[in-house]
Amino acid sequence: MNKAEYTLREFYEMDELADRRSPVHRFSALSKLAVTVVYLFVVVSFDRYDLTGVLAMALYPYLLFAMSGLTFGMCIHKMRYILPLLIFAGIFNPFLDRNVWFVIGSVSVSKGWLSLAVLIVKAVCTVSAVFLLIGTTKIDAICGALRRIHVPSMLVTLILLTYRYMSVLTEEVAVMTDAYHLRAPRQKGIDVSAWGSFLGQLILRSMDRARELYASMLLRGYTGEFPAEKQKGDSRSLIHALVWCSVFLLLRFVPVIRIIGTLVTGGKV
Amino acid sequence: MIEFRHVSFAYETGYPVLQDVSFTIQEHESVGLIGANGAGKSTVMKLILGLLFPSEGEVYVHGIRVSKATLADVRKMCGFVLQNSDSQMFMPTVKEDLLFGPLNYGMSRKEAEEKADAVLEQLQITALKERYNHRISGGEKRMAAIASVLTMEPSVILMDEPTSALDPYNRRQIIQVIRSLSVTKVLTSHDLDMILDTCQRVILIGNGTVQADGPASAILRDQKLLEANRLELPLSLQKPVL
Repeated sequence: MNKAEYTLREFYEMDELADRRSPVHRFSALSKLAVTVVYLFVVVSFDRYDLTGVLAMALYPYLLFAMSGLTFGMCIHKMRYILPLLIFAGIFNPFLDRNVWFVIGSVSVSKGWLSLAVLIVKAVCTVSAVFLLIGTTKIDAICGALRRIHVPSMLVTLILLTYRYMSVLTEEVAVMTDAYHLRAPRQKGIDVSAWGSFLGQLILRSMDRARELYASMLLRGYTGEFPAEKQKGDSRSLIHALVWCSVFLLLRFVPVIRIIGTLVTGGKV
Repeated sequence: MIEFRHVSFAYETGYPVLQDVSFTIQEHESVGLIGANGAGKSTVMKLILGLLFPSEGEVYVHGIRVSKATLADVRKMCGFVLQNSDSQMFMPTVKEDLLFGPLNYGMSRKEAEEKADAVLEQLQITALKERYNHRISGGEKRMAAIASVLTMEPSVILMDEPTSALDPYNRRQIIQVIRSLSVTKVLTSHDLDMILDTCQRVILIGNGTVQADGPASAILRDQKLLEANRLELPLSLQKPVL
């Protein structure tokens, strides 16, 4: 299996994950979307040194992983391309931010390490939340929810079609990569000299496929908007959204972990 | 009824694919469009569906002239099964693909699901309903593609190479399904045995014109005519070599 086929398989796996049955899968797409959006805003709003605050926000993905049957391992696996980038983005913090955080013996640890840790926790939390959303909700349902909150139809259709066409593009890459390697067995990857023609062919082939696919849509009455399933708002989903949004705001404005820590260590709150 | 009146078409000026093509296909007729590669069979299909428009002449479907203004009406009457089922089945599951057309045409979800269930039952592929499109075989995908077209209840079905790349069992299944459909059928194929099995009439296209139009049993036996158009007698009509 080449890399493109592997990517394609992972891509399809997300659809299959979203089709599973669990209490989280049963919540309406709108409630999950709202909770995720609020969560993302709250997580990124924490101060760059507020490690305990951000760590408390990990409660949401932790509980949802447990309830949905998805695992953190799956999420980390999907994050494997993003994490190195993040670490790269934050790796200079310890050198640029030289304010002393604490001292061990004669070694002072700068606050840059703290901000790096906060950055990584924020990234893991936000990516986990998005993974939980798309791993428990079908893309059509997410797009339906976006339409319900009056996101322009054009934008929603664009998201949906991009999602569909990504698989078309990846399928073409998989076929072309196989065809290339069968005739260049000793090469690792695709030689630079072939990149131009490879990309050109890829664009032409995927355009052909996309054109066929679009024709098939037109012939089945597509007029610019995907028929979205009307989702009934249920009380469970509403409670889910209200409870989580309240918890997020509580964790944002009340230093819960610090209070617990103080109580445990016998200090005054 | 499908009518071509003096239709000409060229993708590039000076290189006509079809020249002054005229024919009429009656309601409930089953017609095979045959010809060599590049003869213009798929172009004929696309002209019927309004995916292309003639440079000259007119195309009518049930008396409606195919034009930009009438596309919605024409396409509601015509179902098209593409040669590449992967391009036809673009939703994640078979069920969602089956519902796509009816929902677009304003059918309620409940009605659409009932229709989809009935079609799956008719084609005896109920087991595919909840399956993912990327997890089913080529033969199953072809059946599902036909089902996705049948849920729209078209009065005309066009199929581009419906039996290509199928194993003998799946090919036989598709032939049986085609035979069982009681609508107007237009099929293009190089599988002349399948055409012989499913079509009463054949239109042979070559050099951009209609080279022959008549009963399948007569045209598909005419070795000289077929060979002049880079075709061969169907295997079932050839004398055994051994």
